[in-house]
Amino acid sequence: MEPGLYQLLFISAALFFIGVYGFFTRRNLITMLMSVELVLNSVNLNFIAFNKYLWPGRMDGLFFTIFVIAIAAAEAAVAIAIIINLYRSHQSIDVENAEELKY
Amino acid sequence: MLNDFLILMKPELTVTVILFLLLFIKIGKGMKNETLLPLIQVLLLLNFLLGFFFNKQGVLFEGLYTSTSMIVFQKNILNLGVYLISLLCADWLRKTPHLPEFFMLMLSALLGMFFMISSGNLLMFYLSLELATIPVAAMANFDLEKKISSEAAMKMILSSAFSSGILLFGISLLYGATGTISFAELPAQLDGSPLQIMAFVFLFTAFAFKLSIVPFHLWTADVYEGSPIAVTSFLSVISKGSIAFIFISTLYKVFQPMEAIWYNMIVVLAIATMVIGNLFALRQQNIKRFLAFSSIAQVGFILVAISSNSPAGLSAVVYFVLIYVFSNLAAFGVASVISEKTGRENIDEYKGLYKTNPFLTWVLALALFSLAGVPPTAGFFGKLFLLTAGATKADYWFVTVAALNMIISLYYYLRITRAMFMDKNDQPIEKLRPDPSARLALLICTAGIILTGLLSWVYDYIVKLN
Repeated sequence: MEPGLYQLLFISAALFFIGVYGFFTRRNLITMLMSVELVLNSVNLNFIAFNKYLWPGRMDGLFFTIFVIAIAAAEAAVAIAIIINLYRSHQSIDVENAEELKY
Repeated sequence: MLNDFLILMKPELTVTVILFLLLFIKIGKGMKNETLLPLIQVLLLLNFLLGFFFNKQGVLFEGLYTSTSMIVFQKNILNLGVYLISLLCADWLRKTPHLPEFFMLMLSALLGMFFMISSGNLLMFYLSLELATIPVAAMANFDLEKKISSEAAMKMILSSAFSSGILLFGISLLYGATGTISFAELPAQLDGSPLQIMAFVFLFTAFAFKLSIVPFHLWTADVYEGSPIAVTSFLSVISKGSIAFIFISTLYKVFQPMEAIWYNMIVVLAIATMVIGNLFALRQQNIKRFLAFSSIAQVGFILVAISSNSPAGLSAVVYFVLIYVFSNLAAFGVASVISEKTGRENIDEYKGLYKTNPFLTWVLALALFSLAGVPPTAGFFGKLFLLTAGATKADYWFVTVAALNMIISLYYYLRITRAMFMDKNDQPIEKLRPDPSARLALLICTAGIILTGLLSWVYDYIVKLN
């Protein structure tokens, strides 16, 4: 069977919620970052699917995807720099150990 | 064509020029902080003054970039805030080993905010929003050796990455439902179908994260407490202000057809934001954390005006943000001077401050009065216009709740004032001599707090721009 819009949207929605679930449950910072990347990739899939099936004449979706990929890389770079610095001061990248700021 | 480009994008171009100048200074011979900081302050002052000349309205790049006199005025407010921060935190800035990088990050965030306010397209909006948040997360980590600073930066980058993921999901659904991402074409396509409502809820959530509306406010207090004060004041004034501007213009221009939906959302969230922000502010001991919760409560009042969906709402918000720049920066400025010289950030340690530092005490007291909305200060007029704009919808119970919240907030603002003026302290903070530039900035803020309210043409001018 040729996959259609519904199948793609289902996959992207599933990816989105897997990402959200991972972000909320995982305690390792790198894994949390990976979960955010899952969310961003589900968005990319959404854009491509909508562009191909619903609005084939308009290139907005494709452009958006390219920019999202680029920005995700920039965000990951800054986030990993921050995580490295956190590791230097806390000797761990578990969010549970970063607990000085509360309430 | 080129003339249009140069004049319309003048605020962005001046910021970029300063940015590159700092980059060249950094990669070239480098300069001592003592000489570099005054240079940066003068450049930022020039940048602020230049914002008042050669302004034009127009649209560039087929609607990607728009500029109106209102947008130029909003950019001037942000420029003023950045200039004041560079003066207020002079003590801290002089000591930091990476001064050019700090201002490069700050100015690129400012550049992102400028593009964000001017954006006429969801793609442009997303890109500039990221440009406005990612550098701020790096700035939050600027006290490299402090544990809380890196924790704050971690919380900031994770919550902003997550919220931009939500924003993007919303945008993608909106694109699927309407087939366009341009602000000009969107309103005609919005018919309130379930998919569009869901997309709008996602977008709204992302905005709520960035504006720290309850229940998406949990990162705010931690980030504010952990970051250096220069970054905290940037976040609470400049970042908040710019997001409020784009939020209000998106709601009024793009999502105008869905007003029936977002009005209810805003009413509920405004009440939650005011009440929870106030209740948490009551029990804070750290001054930065306290100001964080007070800024959450102020966002609630901004939402009251936004709910009006009228030009009066927009001008009230812009006027309030202008006052907020002065009063919040004055409060943060005093906190910055005290924290930098003595390392004390607890409200209990401010007891008896009046005996030793009358000038700082008066400035902080005025700023707190203005934040609370006590009459002679400008904050009163700001709040008055916010609530009047909110009352145009004739939901009087909603405005009453807001007014009651002002009374609660009065209690905790006055608590600090009482501690400073009346309480006794065995080891008061010793006599401090603020840096001359910090003193100048505090005077500017004080003048702003008093004059913005008393000079009626300021508000008239903003209304006329609209």
